Amino acid sequence: MIKKTTSVIRLLAAVASLAMLGAVTSTLHADTNAPAAAPAPAAAPTPLATPNPTNSAFASASITNQVAFLEAAHSNSDPDPSGIAYESDPGHNAWMMVASAFVLMMTLPGLALFYGGLVRSKNVLSIIAMCFGITCLVSLLWWAFGYSLVFGTSFTPSSGPSTLGYILGGSEYFFFKGVNSLPNTNYAFWVSQNVYSIFQLTFAIITPALIFGATAERMKFGAIMAFVFGWMFIVYFPLAHMVWGATGLMNGVWNAAAKIPAIDFAGGTVVHMSSGWTALILCLILGKRVGHGGKEPMMPHSLVLTFIGTALLWVGWYGFNAGSAVAADVIAANAFTTPTLAPAIGALTWPLVEWIFKGKPSVLGFCSGAVAGLVVITPACGFVNSTGAVIIGVVAGTIPYISSTIVKNIFKYDDALDTFGVHGVGGTCGALITGILVDPTVNGNLQAVATGSPANAAMSNGLITAIASHSLVVAQAKAAGITIALAVVGTVILGYLVKFTIGLRPSVEQEHQGLDIVDHGEEGYTH
Amino acid sequence: MKKIEAIIKPFKLEEVKDALSELGIEGMTVTEVKGFGRQKGHTEIYRGSEYTVDFLPKIKLEVVLADSAVEGAVAAIVKTAKTGKIGDGKVFVLPVENAIRIRTDETGDKAV
Repeated sequence: MIKKTTSVIRLLAAVASLAMLGAVTSTLHADTNAPAAAPAPAAAPTPLATPNPTNSAFASASITNQVAFLEAAHSNSDPDPSGIAYESDPGHNAWMMVASAFVLMMTLPGLALFYGGLVRSKNVLSIIAMCFGITCLVSLLWWAFGYSLVFGTSFTPSSGPSTLGYILGGSEYFFFKGVNSLPNTNYAFWVSQNVYSIFQLTFAIITPALIFGATAERMKFGAIMAFVFGWMFIVYFPLAHMVWGATGLMNGVWNAAAKIPAIDFAGGTVVHMSSGWTALILCLILGKRVGHGGKEPMMPHSLVLTFIGTALLWVGWYGFNAGSAVAADVIAANAFTTPTLAPAIGALTWPLVEWIFKGKPSVLGFCSGAVAGLVVITPACGFVNSTGAVIIGVVAGTIPYISSTIVKNIFKYDDALDTFGVHGVGGTCGALITGILVDPTVNGNLQAVATGSPANAAMSNGLITAIASHSLVVAQAKAAGITIALAVVGTVILGYLVKFTIGLRPSVEQEHQGLDIVDHGEEGYTH
Repeated sequence: MKKIEAIIKPFKLEEVKDALSELGIEGMTVTEVKGFGRQKGHTEIYRGSEYTVDFLPKIKLEVVLADSAVEGAVAAIVKTAKTGKIGDGKVFVLPVENAIRIRTDETGDKAV
């Protein structure tokens, strides 16, 4: 007991020292009074040093430039030609704040209820504690290092792209240094950077939380938190930077120097493939639940909770997908339509397949089909049209069904809540199918700019050529391959590291008793 | 004095209770139980996992009566709980040595 208390005190001390380090760095930054390191276009007007409700440059500008500035906000384009300094726009900001709250709701309580209902009642709190613990731990890591490692650019020297810069962002935003209410124009012309960073934080929260559906009912809380700590640095931060960072290796839409011009609108690779493939490897390292394989019934304790969780996930998904436009613009409108159609069709298809082959359409089938539809549409939501979304719905209702019923039973791994079956397989389908169903007419960033204007990133890195020649799926397959490799290698290293230090599993007796009492000292329900 | 223990289908409880009340029987104890006899269980499917549920929900009704009332009560239970299908349940009759009403200290037939 004393030993345990000491380690908890050590943990608290570590958090406190991290916070102090942050305070010191922020103070240093304030002393130098440097504006946010903006590796924005060279000709960009200097951003305001502090958020200023009255943009003085606006007042002194000509009417033509004032109109140009406002029109740029209206159409979510660069206000640079107006010569007026960047500022955030209330409309775009309002949507992004709502979208961020929606994505947080996907984890708390959406995923907690979705997964919580699927476990036996003796483990329901272990799922809630996992979701809650990850939310808080990742928030700390994101503020200290994560946002900067993903969305910074300082690891890319001015001389040009570097290997490190392709894989990780930079150190300039450590401890949210310079992350204020002005936009970071690498990612959005009109959304405050602090709002953008919180929006992205909510993605970094739900991704590791998804993993532990596969390991449900048999992984110690401490082991989960230790694994997540390492996983964010080894898998999530590099992957999110490679796919979405301004200098990322596979950011086909925004990085003119991207080596692999792949596209992933809202996280098919970053969120679903990474968590899904990690889940598969981790559940293999962990082993099966005691009594798994028909010896002991392991029925969901409340499909009502699972249903409520599913509905919250779906609603939250609008923030996840449409919010990924990082604006309330025409692309967001498309990314709002597609994650309505795909889950609806997925939730029609999955129970229909059950009805045909198993005799009854189940509520869990509706829930699974809806989530699978949302997973598969995620990388595609801002790049495909409504017909593409319907096709994706059908794919989502069948392929993840096969993987989480037939394939799982053939290989007999204990992916308890089908994280791999739905997110790993669904995410991989989504990444590939985006390369096939992509429709550049729904997203101006996939179109060549008018003759005479400077080339956009998609022209420079070959994305537009790849779409025109129907070979984008090759880049998508490469991106998927890198994601799988990173998730598998990272998980093998971390999984065994945790296993041989603090241990992954409780004792057999504790597992029988249930993790709620063993790990948390309380029960979800008192009868 | 005898105890009647009847295992019946849950949806028949109201009918059985009404029939017993009509006979003037003033109390009974009911428990939700699980069990199986010749009726088979059912299969539940949760994605790839199929479970055979052998134990089916039933109601156990217990009532203690004076010897003279037992025959009529058993007949009423059997009549009202019957559907004619497998799984209707069973009635057991057991001898009871004594009964005491806690409030009044009455014993024997007066206590039931």
